[in-house]
Amino acid sequence: MTDTGNRKGIDRVVGKGEESGAVLEVDDLSVEFPTEDGTVRAVRGVGYRLERGEALGIVGESGSGKSVTALAVMGLLPGSARVRGSVRFEGTELLGMSDARLSDIRGSGIAMVFQDPMTSLNPVYTVGYQIAETLLRHKPGLGRRPARARAVDLLGTVGIPSPERRVDSYPHELSGGMRQRVVIAIAIANDPDVIIADEPTTALDVTVQAQILQALEAARAETGAALVLITHDLGVVAGHTDRVAVMYAGRIVETGSVEDIFYTPRMPYTLGLLGSLPRLDREEERLTPITGSPPSLLNLPPGCPFAPRCPMRREPCDSTEPALRAAGSAAHRSACHFADELVGTAAGEVFGTVGADTEALARFADLEDDAR
Amino acid sequence: MTDIGALGPAGTRTPGDDGEFTVVQRSQTQLVLRRFLRHRAAMISLAVFVLIVLWAFAGPHLWHYSYAKYTPDNSQPPSWKHPFGTDSSGYDAYAQVMRGTQTSLKIAILIALGSTLVGAVWGAIAGFYRGFVDALMMRIADLVLTLPLFAIALVISSRSGGSWYWIAVVIAGLTWAYVSRVVRSSVLSLREKEFVEAARALGASDTRIIFRHLLPNALGPVIVNATVLVATGILTETALSFLGFGVQPPDTSLGLLVAQAQTAVDTRPWLFYIPGAFIIAIALTINFIGDGLRDAFDPRQQRVRQ
Amino acid sequence: MIGPQPVLPPLPGHGGTEDPVLQVRDLVKHFPVMSRGVVRRRVGDVHAVCGVSFDLYANETLGLVGESGSGKTTVSRTLLNLETATSGSVHYRGRPLTDLSRRQMRPLRRELQIVFQDPYASLDPRISVHEIVAEPLRIHGRYGPGAPDEVRELLRLVGLNPEHGNRFAHEFSGGQRQRIGIARALALRPRVVVLDEPVSALDVSIQAGVLNLLMDLQSELGLSFLFVAHDLSVMRHVAHRVAVMYLGRLVEIAPARRLFARPAHPYTQALVSAIPLPDPRKERARKRITVQGDVPSPVRPPSGCRFRTRCPTFAGRLTDSERTACVEQVPDLVDRGGGHPVACHYAENVQLL
Repeated sequence: MTDTGNRKGIDRVVGKGEESGAVLEVDDLSVEFPTEDGTVRAVRGVGYRLERGEALGIVGESGSGKSVTALAVMGLLPGSARVRGSVRFEGTELLGMSDARLSDIRGSGIAMVFQDPMTSLNPVYTVGYQIAETLLRHKPGLGRRPARARAVDLLGTVGIPSPERRVDSYPHELSGGMRQRVVIAIAIANDPDVIIADEPTTALDVTVQAQILQALEAARAETGAALVLITHDLGVVAGHTDRVAVMYAGRIVETGSVEDIFYTPRMPYTLGLLGSLPRLDREEERLTPITGSPPSLLNLPPGCPFAPRCPMRREPCDSTEPALRAAGSAAHRSACHFADELVGTAAGEVFGTVGADTEALARFADLEDDAR
Repeated sequence: MTDIGALGPAGTRTPGDDGEFTVVQRSQTQLVLRRFLRHRAAMISLAVFVLIVLWAFAGPHLWHYSYAKYTPDNSQPPSWKHPFGTDSSGYDAYAQVMRGTQTSLKIAILIALGSTLVGAVWGAIAGFYRGFVDALMMRIADLVLTLPLFAIALVISSRSGGSWYWIAVVIAGLTWAYVSRVVRSSVLSLREKEFVEAARALGASDTRIIFRHLLPNALGPVIVNATVLVATGILTETALSFLGFGVQPPDTSLGLLVAQAQTAVDTRPWLFYIPGAFIIAIALTINFIGDGLRDAFDPRQQRVRQ
Repeated sequence: MIGPQPVLPPLPGHGGTEDPVLQVRDLVKHFPVMSRGVVRRRVGDVHAVCGVSFDLYANETLGLVGESGSGKTTVSRTLLNLETATSGSVHYRGRPLTDLSRRQMRPLRRELQIVFQDPYASLDPRISVHEIVAEPLRIHGRYGPGAPDEVRELLRLVGLNPEHGNRFAHEFSGGQRQRIGIARALALRPRVVVLDEPVSALDVSIQAGVLNLLMDLQSELGLSFLFVAHDLSVMRHVAHRVAVMYLGRLVEIAPARRLFARPAHPYTQALVSAIPLPDPRKERARKRITVQGDVPSPVRPPSGCRFRTRCPTFAGRLTDSERTACVEQVPDLVDRGGGHPVACHYAENVQLL
């Protein structure tokens, strides 16, 4: 351990918005992967600030770069990846840091929860042993017995029933939901300041998902850690984060408070995403899908990456990529040339309700009648 | 069956409906081809092998001596007139090696094709039906595998009069079981794929599912195996002919040439070493090609070559 | 093409006005669990589906919803005879399907089709899209001179460029592949289509387009859909009626609007509660009913009501004497005064949204 001794001492529940409160700052982060076909630009200039105790949601569809961003922050990308920009944890630059020092920060400073719990659990050790290992790694003086007692505590915190018994279980003896709780317990074992959760509930059933999200909330309440919640599920983000960043084609295209994003989106992509979502709490006649599919991150054309799918596309969209600019309020920013036009607009006014080709459908139906 | 080269050009874009574009995707075939083209040893081997094949099949038509005709020159060392020399009876060794290579290759390729065809269908049926059919068919295959290939080939081919295709048929009859095992294991995993279930939901017959969906998708391991069988075939044929149970004079093969020359190793070494070198060259290049194909078909092969 | 009429009476209280197209009665499917080793013995059964009954009406979407292990996929496979039913019956327009041989089943495959979950695994990577869509025509001997046009028309119908028929499935995106799967299912002009999680592998923005397509196809062609999914939000959007499954049994069946407004089974309530709403204010202010633990093993399901081990009502509200019923009696799927059938001894409609 280096100079992080007094870090834990300071009051962690500083209100958000305080200038000095940023625990994690990501600046102009970009990640490229060389491949046989050329360079894949998976992340292109992503930046965010995470205040102490805050919950930031990062949403995006597959291939938007949200997971790669998290791996880059943790220094977990494969050696072939080219990472540029800056990632500062409590003011210390993490990019370019030696592996040994980075391992110290991983776990004690920043903890990570992945989609598949088996990637972080070792199948040949009991879960109690694995939690104790994590504790002892960062606090060697703790001793075996207290470490085990703490492991039981932690399992209780994340809602594992009869933790005294479960502490001696092997990962394969637990269900998927239980395993994910163990991973969360390991993540909070050393009282981290930041938990990065990458699709923590995607592989789980909805009732179990609800339990895991509760466990994550409990874990945060216990440690006061800030949370970066990466997910494709807008519902999960709505309930568990304070701020949201929407990613598309390797960039943040809109960011703001969770209310800004859900009630007054200022980027057509966000609006389209919300309009594509069937809702449990209301009946909609028709969904408004976004036509087309996300662009290839290989040889990305100039201009706004969303332009080919955007119904509002106009001349500047194809030539210049819009910067992330304030839209509405300083904290609400959007990367769209025409963000202002979206004030008070519903998804149905921008996007069509494409379904089947009506003419082809009519012809098909006629043939059907003839056949009968 | 879908031909391996029948797919579109490399790096085809996704259809551009409403300005849509996605990540450039390649078909399995294109990926395999690319990876194979980057495998240097395999590409060099392929070039050498193709040259040998062309030489062996086209060469006799261009060369002014026949493998079956005496020349006036006896026991000549290699010269411009006789590049590989002549033997004690005056046969031109160059013509004979060409003919021998041709025969050996024909046998080897027939072995590979025959055993692949039989083995693939056998394995696909066993893997598709599983249960009792599978158990029975695979026990038969196991039985064939336990037979001493050499002894059987020796006995049968010695009665067959030494015609090249008969030798090939005998050897293929003993090697198809290897192929059937490989195909069975890939079919066992393929049959659980949703596209097979989709075909069944459409009412497709078993024959259709096996020949239209399962076998084409098991092509990768089959091709790799077939190349290895070519090498095995050539070595087996050589060994049989060497022992005198393979190809019979006046026809000739590489194995027979080596056998005939074994007494002359010291006096006329060219007669022994040149066909020997061809045997090694063919077996080696085919093994390298097989390696290249195996690497190309192996999805775990992900490294980026500089 | 008017077939024989249904012989079974429709299930009471399940809704629907016309005669049912598909009738499923007491469907049971067990998968054997074999021991390991040389001599493999049957050591138990996975009780995947236990006594499921429902009717599917013409021009209707019936949603079959449940979590993993609920048996919803097994139901869909069994009623298409892709799996053999252990017991129970499936009637299509009065014709019993469960006893048919593959040959006898074949002509009926034209009328009963399926769209699969995984758009990457359900299309053969080695044949062209034209051939994929044409395959049903070939199998049923209907690939005549007009067939290429027919295939092009099908591709157009599902929103694909008909010029792309000579391409291979891998050249298309996930949403487009799912459309190819839909075109293939429609080629024989079926009456009933089983949709097995047709959008759960797709991104949200793509999923909406496929859902719109399916709804258009239904309203124009009068298809009956059995829509199998785990996503309740999607279900609410597409289904007319929804049946909820838990550990192989139906626990509640009701018109979609009613089911989501006033779910009566504690499991349905928990399921509705667990779906996060993409609306921050509502999501934070919601009343929640949460369940404990995970789904028990279908090899040895709990006695009586299968949900009792996780049931918040059972754990919190019932007295010991009331619990005896849950442990000892399997609750029947009947209307218990709430307006629709529920399989819970102590069902009570609750408003959650």
